[in-house]
Amino acid sequence: MSTTSNRWVASHVASLPRSGIRDFFELVAKMKGQDVISLGVGEPDFVTPWHVRKAAITALEEGKTYYTSNLGMIELRRAVSTYVTAHFGVDYRPDDQVIITVGVSEALDLCFRAFCNPGDKVMYHQPCYVSYHPSISLVHGEGIAVPTYAKDNFALTAEALRAAWVPGCKILMLNLPCNPTGGTCDRVQLEAIAQFCREKDLLVLSDEIYSELTFDGTHTSIASLPGMAERTIFLHGFSKAFAMTGWRIGYACGPAPLIDAMMKVHQYSMMCASIIAQEAALEALNNGWENVCQMRDQYHKRRDLVVRRFNEIGLTCHSPRGSFYAFPSTQGIGMTEKDFAVGLLKEEKVAVVPGTAFGTNGTGHVRACFATGYEQLIVACDRIARFVEGAKR
Amino acid sequence: MNPVLKLLLEGGSLTTAQMAQVVGLSEAEVQQHLEQLKKDKIFLGWRPVLDLSREEAAGAAVRAVIEVKLTPERGGGFNRLAERLAKFDEVESCYLMSGGYDLLVFVNAPTLQKAAAFVSEKLSTLGGVLSTSTHFLLRSYKEGGFLVDGGEGSSDRLNVSP
Repeated sequence: MSTTSNRWVASHVASLPRSGIRDFFELVAKMKGQDVISLGVGEPDFVTPWHVRKAAITALEEGKTYYTSNLGMIELRRAVSTYVTAHFGVDYRPDDQVIITVGVSEALDLCFRAFCNPGDKVMYHQPCYVSYHPSISLVHGEGIAVPTYAKDNFALTAEALRAAWVPGCKILMLNLPCNPTGGTCDRVQLEAIAQFCREKDLLVLSDEIYSELTFDGTHTSIASLPGMAERTIFLHGFSKAFAMTGWRIGYACGPAPLIDAMMKVHQYSMMCASIIAQEAALEALNNGWENVCQMRDQYHKRRDLVVRRFNEIGLTCHSPRGSFYAFPSTQGIGMTEKDFAVGLLKEEKVAVVPGTAFGTNGTGHVRACFATGYEQLIVACDRIARFVEGAKR
Repeated sequence: MNPVLKLLLEGGSLTTAQMAQVVGLSEAEVQQHLEQLKKDKIFLGWRPVLDLSREEAAGAAVRAVIEVKLTPERGGGFNRLAERLAKFDEVESCYLMSGGYDLLVFVNAPTLQKAAAFVSEKLSTLGGVLSTSTHFLLRSYKEGGFLVDGGEGSSDRLNVSP
């Protein structure tokens, strides 16, 4: 039955490859109950701070169970506007330049659906988050991958952009700091990218979900650079910095006509984000900064620990300037990323994700998430060391 | 700040070997930091956090909080009296308080009788003690930063996610 049912699947969906993460997820799932330490997750190990959870409970107790404005609660949009001004130095009007979405994932999907005509070309740096290329394909756009390299700490360079550019490029998708590499760009590098975008008249979609988790230096948003706010959609959310992945709540800020176009798609597809998650997000913005700082300090120490251990073990690893991912190379020990990840899982029961799940430029690397307690991280590093020793013999 | 002290303030329960890895020092250096903190009387010692309502941990089955009013001593104020009181083995913690009484004393005893005997024979007979008000602890929900019934489970979390 299943084979004949396939004829109803749209051809552009049928041709979409499954996420490489999914294959690995199933391999790990088969080992349930076997003391697997997972460095394969893409989310904080912290539970959402209690005062934020309490705000959601209170909202339910008060009977807040209805739709909100399509754009999201005005109180939340005001709080977002204040937060973005304070932390990123860009001003957005709560009335028509901010939209609350179901995670950054929805915001990104809205962007592609609102701005991408069939055949339009979208540039994005790679290795990158798993959904970028498929989301572009789903709107019949063409993704143009721009490589980033370990030698640059996986920062995107204007030179690489220039080399990859072809006529018809309309959008540049950025994710800095980056999942899976932890790479980011400093102000000077961003200015060169901004210059390139102005020159080629590109619209920038800037997913800055990991920005609060910047350990070295300060985060700069491309939207804050001269002449960029008018051509940038600033995408952000609560999942990573506030440990709120399961709430599915994010937002987009940008020029009013662009937010209005996104709102059209959003109102017919999602209507609005969950009011309960919006209430929790409001509490997070109003009273959660201390939690963010505490969690960032923890990630910072964990980063230093795993990067030091990986390099000692022989897995060459740059120090990620942001995010909670290390992206060590397996080439120095003469293994492919797949052999390493599968072997490590089977022999030592530590899960990491092969870099190729994040695009071909992830070849020879694995992603190891350090959003895990010290005890677990130390045991995981000890196991990885044992595996590498065994592989050398 | 002393990196080991910073780690201790986070309230984790790492061995010295684990601390060494986290702060990037040798184990001997971590030991040195701990010794220094002990010398400076900042780090007073280790205590396990137990759920004392469990039968296996019933060594100190009775816990009480006692509000104590004192007559301050000439020359010594409250301090000398408080220090004298704190020396009793039954006293787990002892604090000088603002408000309606002077000292708040946390007491552990193996039985109710022994707790009562401590109050009537040792505490209230101490010179300078004006009055005591004893409250017995009935049930614990959080001990030393740990939720007693765990609660915050993450076993349903996905092992691999994008």
